[in-house]
Amino acid sequence: MTQSGSPISAADVAKVARLARLDINDAQIEHFTEQLGKVMAHFADIDALNLDGVVPMTQPYPLVNVMREDIEMPTLDTDEVLAAAPAAEERRFRVPPIIGIEG
Amino acid sequence: MSAVPTTASAIAAAIASKQISAREVIDSYLAQIAARESDIHAFNLVMADSARAQADAIDADIAAGRPVGPLAGVPIALKDNMCTRGVETTCSSKILEGWKPPYDATVVTKLREAGAIVVGKTNLDEFAMGSSTENSAFGATRNPLDTSRVPGGSSGGSAAAVAAGFAPVSLGSDTGGSIRQPAAMCGVVGVKPTYGRVSRYGLVAYASSLDQIGPFATTVADAALITEAIAGHDVHDSTSIPQDVPSFVAAAAQGVKGMRIGRVTDLPEGAEPEVQARLDAAFAALEAAGATIVDVQLPSLSYALTAYYLIAPAEASSNLARFDGVRFGLRVNAADTNAMYGATRAAGFGDEVQRRIMLGTYALSAGYYDAYYGKALKVRRIIAEDFNRAYESVDAILTPTSPVVAFKFGDKVDDPMSMYLCDIYTIPTNLAGHPGMSVPFGTGAHGLPVGIQVLAPALGEEAMFRVGGALEAAAGGAQ
Repeated sequence: MTQSGSPISAADVAKVARLARLDINDAQIEHFTEQLGKVMAHFADIDALNLDGVVPMTQPYPLVNVMREDIEMPTLDTDEVLAAAPAAEERRFRVPPIIGIEG
Repeated sequence: MSAVPTTASAIAAAIASKQISAREVIDSYLAQIAARESDIHAFNLVMADSARAQADAIDADIAAGRPVGPLAGVPIALKDNMCTRGVETTCSSKILEGWKPPYDATVVTKLREAGAIVVGKTNLDEFAMGSSTENSAFGATRNPLDTSRVPGGSSGGSAAAVAAGFAPVSLGSDTGGSIRQPAAMCGVVGVKPTYGRVSRYGLVAYASSLDQIGPFATTVADAALITEAIAGHDVHDSTSIPQDVPSFVAAAAQGVKGMRIGRVTDLPEGAEPEVQARLDAAFAALEAAGATIVDVQLPSLSYALTAYYLIAPAEASSNLARFDGVRFGLRVNAADTNAMYGATRAAGFGDEVQRRIMLGTYALSAGYYDAYYGKALKVRRIIAEDFNRAYESVDAILTPTSPVVAFKFGDKVDDPMSMYLCDIYTIPTNLAGHPGMSVPFGTGAHGLPVGIQVLAPALGEEAMFRVGGALEAAAGGAQ
C-alpha cells in the first residue's frame, strides 16, 4: 500500500512497465496508475476469505506430461517463417546488438 | 437461382442435393457483406476471391460425383485471432498487422476438411481483451441491431457477422465471456465448449488456462453442428481432452423433460430489471417444457471477477512476451535489443493490452505473487468446487448472460472496472473450465435482445444443448 491508500503507486507502475518491456511516458504512467488503482481496489474483496488449506487451481484439469512416439513429423517451413520476420539474414532472425549500449 | 437458406445445416443439405450451388450461396453472402459491411465493420479482412474459388471447386466435385464434406459450401467467418496459413492474422493489433501465419489453426483445418468456406477474418478487441470490440486497433464494430451501440466483445465481429447475415455461422474465442456476451448483445446463439473440448492450436493465446474456441449461429442446432465439427482430441494441444464427441445436434432437439435446472439464489446483483424478467420467464418456460427448477447456492461466485482479473492478465503478461519484434510482427528499431523490445511493445500494443500486461506483471512480481496471483488460484478452486457441489443436484444452471443489453459507444471504454463488470455472469464458468452458452430469449431495455446463459458441468455439452434447444423453442413460440 502506498501512503495515499491507493493499492498501486506511480513508482510501482513505472517499475512494472520496465519489467514488461513497455516504454511508456510519464503522462501514461499517471493515467495507468489511476486506472489500475481502481481495478486493484476491487481486488480487496478477496482479502476477507479464509483460504487456508485450499489447493491452488492452475488448470481446469490436472495436466499430465504428454508423450508421443519419436518419429519424424512435418515442421514449419523455414523460408515461410523467416519471410514473416522483421529482419532475417543467412536463415536466421536478425536483431540489434544484445550487449547494451548504456544510455 | 433458388432462395439461399439461412442456416448452415439447410445450406449444406441444399448444396449436397444440388438444389443450389455453393457459388450461388457464397455470392449471396458476399452481396450482403458488400451492402452493409461499411456500416458494421465486422471484418478485418473479407476473403471474397478465395471463397469463390473454393465454392467453384465444391460445385465441380459435386458435378463430378466426388464425395464432399458434411459442411460443403457453408460460409463461415473466423475471429482474427485464429491462424490462417498465408492469410493475414492480426488479433486487431498493430503489433501483428500484416502478419501471415505459416500454419493453420486446427479448427481451420477441421472446417476446411468438412468443406466449410472461410469468408473472412472478423474484428475483435485487441488480443481478445475487452467486452465491446472498441479496443480494436482498426476501429470498433457496430451492433447490426442498432449501429449506435457496441456488439459486445471481444468476439464482436464474429457476433455481428452472423447477426448481419454476412455468414450463417462464425467462430469466436471465449476467455471470460467473449463468445457468450456478444452473442447476447447481438441476438444470436453463442457457445463456449468445455475447456479442452476444442483444440487451441493456432489460436493466438490470451490466457491459456481459460481460452476456448466456439461457434456463433442463428439457431441452437447450427451451434451444435459447428461445435461437433471443431471438437475432438488434437495431438498439437496437450490440454485437449482425449474423449469422443457425442451428437450435440441430437441433444439440441431432445427437450428438457425430466431435467433438473438450477436457479442460483445468491447470484451477484446488477442485472437490469428487464434482464431479470427474461430470466424468470426462461425458468417458467423450462418448467412448462417438463423440467424441474431447483434452487442452488454458489457462494463464491461474487469473487470470480477478482480471481479472473488477476489470473487472466498474469497469463497474458507471459503469453504476450512473445511479441518482441524479433520473429514476427512490428519492430521499432533501436540501438540494442532491450530498447527495441520496449519501443516495439509500447508502439504496438493498445491501452487495454498494456493495462492487462502491467496488471499481470504486477500480480506475478516478487513480493506480490502470494498476495495476488497465488490467492486468485485458491479462489478459482473454491469457485469450481461451488459449481461441482451444485451439479450434484442439478443438470444445468440458468443465469443471465450479460447484466446489461448492448450499450452505447464510449459508455465504458475509459472506466475499465465498469467494462469488466459486463462479464460478471460469464467469467465463473471459464475459471471452472465448464461449458456455457447464450441463447436469445426476447428483448429488454430499448427493445434490444437479452441472452440467457445455460451452464453445465465439464463435458456436459449434451445437457447444455438440450436446455438451449428448449429455450429457443419457447422463445420462438412466444414471438
